[in-house]
Amino acid sequence: MQPDRTPLLSVENLEVHFPIRAGVLQRQVGAVKAVDGVSFSLNRGETLSLVGESGCGKSTTGLALMGLVKPTGGRVQFDGQEIRGFNRAALKSYRRRMQIVFQDPFSSLNPRQRVKDIIRAPLDIHKVGTPAERETRVAELMERVGLRPDQADNFAHQFSGGQRQRIGIARALALNPDVIVCDEPVSALDVSVQAQILNLLSDLQRDLGVSYLSISHDLGVVEFISHRVAVMYLGKIVEIAPKTRIFAEPGHPYTELLMRSAPSRDPRKRHSFSATNDDIPSATKKPSGCPFHTRCPLVTAVCKTTEPALTAREGGQMVACHNR
Amino acid sequence: MSEMNTATHVPVLEVSGLDIEIRGVNGAFAVVSDMNFSVRAGETLCIVGESGCGKSMTALSLLRLLPDAATIAGGKVLIEGQDFLAMDQRQVEDFRGEKIAMIFQEPLTALNPVLRIGEQIAESVRQHRKCSRREADARAVDVLRLVQMPDPERRASQFPHELSGGMRQRAMIALALACDPKIIIADEPTTALDVTIQAQILGLISDLQKRLGTAQILITHDLGVVSEVADRVIVMYAGRKVEEASIFDLFDRPFHPYTIGLMGAVPGAGASSEAGDRLADIPGTVPPLWNLPKGCAFAPRCPGASARCLEERPPFEEKRPGHWAACWEHDDAA
Repeated sequence: MQPDRTPLLSVENLEVHFPIRAGVLQRQVGAVKAVDGVSFSLNRGETLSLVGESGCGKSTTGLALMGLVKPTGGRVQFDGQEIRGFNRAALKSYRRRMQIVFQDPFSSLNPRQRVKDIIRAPLDIHKVGTPAERETRVAELMERVGLRPDQADNFAHQFSGGQRQRIGIARALALNPDVIVCDEPVSALDVSVQAQILNLLSDLQRDLGVSYLSISHDLGVVEFISHRVAVMYLGKIVEIAPKTRIFAEPGHPYTELLMRSAPSRDPRKRHSFSATNDDIPSATKKPSGCPFHTRCPLVTAVCKTTEPALTAREGGQMVACHNR
Repeated sequence: MSEMNTATHVPVLEVSGLDIEIRGVNGAFAVVSDMNFSVRAGETLCIVGESGCGKSMTALSLLRLLPDAATIAGGKVLIEGQDFLAMDQRQVEDFRGEKIAMIFQEPLTALNPVLRIGEQIAESVRQHRKCSRREADARAVDVLRLVQMPDPERRASQFPHELSGGMRQRAMIALALACDPKIIIADEPTTALDVTIQAQILGLISDLQKRLGTAQILITHDLGVVSEVADRVIVMYAGRKVEEASIFDLFDRPFHPYTIGLMGAVPGAGASSEAGDRLADIPGTVPPLWNLPKGCAFAPRCPGASARCLEERPPFEEKRPGHWAACWEHDDAA
């Protein structure tokens, strides 16, 4: 289905800074700028992938949008309404429409609860329907994600990793949300099972029109699941573009590096990877100017002093680079 | 160290009929059955498979580092013709590091957190070679330089936690190379790393092998890594080999339905996909090793399974020249 073009979720200059404290008085001596001015929008029925390496802020962005870490700045609008202050009341109605599937299907399910209770929890919290209706809904959800409803009384540990991820997806679907944040939903799974879960996510989007904000480090998964892709580096989006465009013509030198680093799938076209050490600077000691300038092959004087803004290029592509 | 580019024909490691068992509460069950393979100097053998297929157990058994619950129930491991499994503890310790060394997946847990990088490497050198402390320290800096560690003298005096993930993995590789082993076993050496760092480490591993001519066994779940470094590939499923072939034969014409399924299940493998496309997944899950089906272990998930597949386990046989598989299916094209 073609995504609707009015943004369902729009994020402007989102910031999540964690204080660094030191000394006896625990005075703040600095900040980890985990997310440092991130803006994007997500349309109905669309999948936007946030992609990047460890510490780029992609997961923190997802958690901040769920209100699981508190943003320190920026504006978030959901369906035209601003989420103010991220307090309990504002979050409750918003979370009904925005849900999350976590990376680790082991730690994200309560080991003491039966599967039916795990999936029913959102319905209980939001007081949806009568107890009998909730029970029917749980059975329906289990079937929807490919679990047998007769397993409803089992505990999470009785399921395999892939089945557990299906439980997490059923729980996220319980309230018929408009957006699901998928934080690396398949990275803990084996390849054959990963494909099952990716297919399930794709089927659910087709049938229910749900939008995904997918957080991933795996370019194969990103290429399969996304309509649009945003590449993050040290808390910033350095490039955002439609999927086909970004894979065909990456605009930012970091996007190029990412794509070049992915192993080839043809042994006759092996990369000659450079063995040279090239370590990523951390979010605590962020380089001045463009955060990528320490690793960039195109670096010029201006990159070291001035941070480039995301600017529009052809074909809906936005790139933050002085030299592209 | 001399330049050695070509693989010789003498295997430095030969494994035959290797069986590994785990003692559980309900008795023992096999986690690896009837593994046979050999590796020559300068060759990279990749063992690929999903969780629980027995690839890591196989790797650990080659160093006699199996966890307590697991035992080697049968088979032979010959290192340069000597029976490694028959050796006593002292001989085993002499062989480890000197003949065969391991690179682990997670350098943060494999390295000693309270010893400086240089000391850890020097310790291993002094265990195997008669040399002074100073010579061992110098060797540590040399191997750190060999793995292209930036500023090796300074890194040698640092602790593992002071290094980034990529540098820690370089330190692990340096530790493995310290005594010029003949065989290196690498268990998912890049799985914990970011993709740009993974590329560097894969580049380093290939470089080093070209320069040192070590025999290499690389254990991985990632077909992308296999396609970058392997000369030969073994695919494992539920504790057994299901396919073995040269890298080109395997990627050009995989034989076993499991291998074919795995290759189809990797997203992004084909041309750019449209959102809404489906991946060719493999239905079902891996059977538990303590309750394997009677016939072929893959039969319940196999699209081409026949009645015979459910009843009888297929032998591991040569389907095409140099291309082996365990499947009742015959090669129509050959």
